[in-house]
Amino acid sequence: MRWTLLTLLSLTLLAGCDQPGPETDNGEAAAKEVNVYSARKEALIQPLLDRFTEKTGTEVNLITGGADALIERMESEGEHSPADLLLTVDAGRLYRARQADLLQKADSETLRNAVPEQYRHPEGYWHGLSVRSRVLVVAPDRVPANAPSRYADLADERWQDRICIRSSNNIYNQSLVASLIAHKGEEATEQWARGLVENMARSPQGGDRDQILAVANDLCDIAVVNTYYLAMMHNSDDQTQREAAEQVALRWPNQNDRGAHVNISGAGVARHAPHPEQARALLEFLVNDESQQWYAEVNNEYPVKEDVAISETLREWGDYKADDLPLVRLGENNDKAVRLMDRAGWQ
Amino acid sequence: MAVTAAPAWRSGALVALALAFALPLLVVLGSWLAGPSGNWPHLFSTVLGDYALNSLVLCLLTGTGTLVVGTGCAWLVVVYRFPGRRILEWALLLPLACPAYLIAYTWTGLLALEGPLQQWAPFPLPDIRNREGAAMMLILVLYPYVYLLARQAFLTQSGTALDVARTLGAGALERFTRVALPLARPAIVAGVALVLMETLADYGTVKYFGVPTLSTGIYRTWFGLGDHLAAAQLASGLLFTMFVLLWLERRARRHRRTDTDQKPPAERQPLTGVAAPAATVGLTLPVLLGFVLPALQLIAWAADDAGHLLSAEFLELISNSLLIASLTALTTLAVALTLVSSHRLLPTGLRRLAMRAVAFGYAMPGTVLAVGVVWVLGWLDGGLNDTLAGLGFAEPGLVFSGTLFAVVFACSIRFLTIPAQGLEAGFARLSPHMDEAARSLGGRPWSLFRRIHLPLLRIPLLTSALLVFVDTLKELPATLVLRPFDTNTLAVRAFELASDERLADAALPALAILLAGILPVALLARSLGNRDDAHHA
Repeated sequence: MRWTLLTLLSLTLLAGCDQPGPETDNGEAAAKEVNVYSARKEALIQPLLDRFTEKTGTEVNLITGGADALIERMESEGEHSPADLLLTVDAGRLYRARQADLLQKADSETLRNAVPEQYRHPEGYWHGLSVRSRVLVVAPDRVPANAPSRYADLADERWQDRICIRSSNNIYNQSLVASLIAHKGEEATEQWARGLVENMARSPQGGDRDQILAVANDLCDIAVVNTYYLAMMHNSDDQTQREAAEQVALRWPNQNDRGAHVNISGAGVARHAPHPEQARALLEFLVNDESQQWYAEVNNEYPVKEDVAISETLREWGDYKADDLPLVRLGENNDKAVRLMDRAGWQ
Repeated sequence: MAVTAAPAWRSGALVALALAFALPLLVVLGSWLAGPSGNWPHLFSTVLGDYALNSLVLCLLTGTGTLVVGTGCAWLVVVYRFPGRRILEWALLLPLACPAYLIAYTWTGLLALEGPLQQWAPFPLPDIRNREGAAMMLILVLYPYVYLLARQAFLTQSGTALDVARTLGAGALERFTRVALPLARPAIVAGVALVLMETLADYGTVKYFGVPTLSTGIYRTWFGLGDHLAAAQLASGLLFTMFVLLWLERRARRHRRTDTDQKPPAERQPLTGVAAPAATVGLTLPVLLGFVLPALQLIAWAADDAGHLLSAEFLELISNSLLIASLTALTTLAVALTLVSSHRLLPTGLRRLAMRAVAFGYAMPGTVLAVGVVWVLGWLDGGLNDTLAGLGFAEPGLVFSGTLFAVVFACSIRFLTIPAQGLEAGFARLSPHMDEAARSLGGRPWSLFRRIHLPLLRIPLLTSALLVFVDTLKELPATLVLRPFDTNTLAVRAFELASDERLADAALPALAILLAGILPVALLARSLGNRDDAHHA
């Protein structure tokens, strides 16, 4: 008897959880919502989505999670998937979603004008929303001003036991290696990776901020990190983080040749989107001046759109030359990169 | 004694139930039907050795550590009297509330060069971000599994055996090793088995510490190499290890009967001399390291953020977490009771197999399990929608994969083995003579179960429900992937912020997980305390 009651209770509770999805399409409010699968953390996207709702009256439903898991979920949901827009924080995953035929073209003049060619899919399956570069961070008192100046230098013997970098599980490292494969070929890149592994001050651990802290605390002299991590530490509420950021110096790599490796956060409209129009509207909203500026200010990323103001920290770092490799190539080379890092012993 | 045959439908329903909960196992084993993945030569020649070695060493260290700490604490608490015993008895459960990934984050913060401890310590503090450090973290939060089950076993052990041992001249150590320990072995082994499964499935801690294990290797193979097949086959390696563990455990106690009569245990012995404070300090240590210090660090981090404490959004996080955890606890309890008691009342090889099969969900890394659930429920939803559309009805949408059903189902698969093992150990201590007596008096199986087993199993029931509740509260990867739109939980929020390297911001939801976890711990401690007092009255 008690169990029956509990079961009933549970069912009621389950039924009480509202579930937006295709079935509400028949309802009257159908035109007024859009469903987002986001690999970007809630805190870093919700304010923009709220603003979108405010301006257009379209409700935004959000699920956040790892990009790979969200892609798997979309795949298994198939044509019944409620997803309208897939948001990821790297180009490789968008490439993967496109390969799995989970995206549809979203082409418009607004999008073409806002997003430079290099940062979008050639046929419009996905578009970049913000740009970040993977740069070197050094201890200025222990590292000469002229070296290292390129990614290639990280394999140089003189940096034996002096480099900190996170695990090869991390997509940013995989993308960096994928870009090196595109530029130098697999063999040369593998040699490089072996040299880098030799030079690691410790086995890879922690995230990008941890690598910066390690340089600040003399555990190593050089680290490889994404720009916004350093910028966010500069602007942190936490004194330790701010002080660590002050103690290190940023080095833009490869400024005299191809430029620093860059990646994007981006989005694509889902292949079976129940609300494709709203999805495209949201995509366009995310590349308008106001949203682009928000990205720059709050998350210290570079806007994809030109002529949008960047944050003060980024301004202080000055202009840099970015690698103009089409980002599709990162996705294409991703599994080669992972294999190569396995062979080189990069944990 | 002849056993009444069950109606066919009931057996069928039981098999279907077990099948549903054994799905992850079936999906993973089914992967071999497609033949070995082409990536095996690459894995063999590069990373597989490291994965296996690290997983093995982690298991050895964590297994030994939790065995010693858990059993030792339980024995001292049950058999001796010393200052602070009453508080420590329940305080030792507190680390249970702390997810391993969270304690890894906080200890990293505590021991960091710029952290609070290094400023006081006159010597450089050890670096814990390595394999041994990961084992340390896992021991700190997992030992309560062994402690809880061992303590319960020691408490319900008959005083007779120990009294006899004493009158035969056995010393304290001998009574422990030769009488109490063998009698408590099923419970202790069940506890260590849970610990080992948690260890093998752990992803957060080893990932943060940069220790490549089978669990991180599965993710990497799956997503980095994009090879589902190799990942699933790698996961089957994990499951095989589990299988061997469980098989060894069962084999070891095959011919042992551990059921005892219900004579209350002997009076607690007071510890004298230096032993008393030593016991107090020794038992305080795990609580301090596994709960108090990390909690203080979290409080310090969260202090700036306290304004959000009563926001509607934060309350929603709490209510979502509690809802999912309670539903999962109820589901697993109901399923485990059905399976375990049917096994006892109507023994057949098939049901025994079902019991073994459902245990494997626990060893599945959360994301792998989640993806398995997504596949199955997606297929179910697709079929349902197509069928209804074909019949001219409106499509109901994703009623399984798009609702809380998916989360609760996945968490239930993952944690079903906790009540299943706990209840099995509980049943093992009930004397079969009781069943026989009840049956000879004409009791039907259901009334035997309801009137005799259920009341006697109150403690294992409560214990398992608590463990599942707290575990679900902490569960991350499956919840993250499967939750419906706009449904956040405390663990999801804490993880999102922590993995974004915003430890300080993650502190508030993390602290809430700890607090929410304390509540059932306290309830349990109280209930056990009452029972205990009754014995000593």
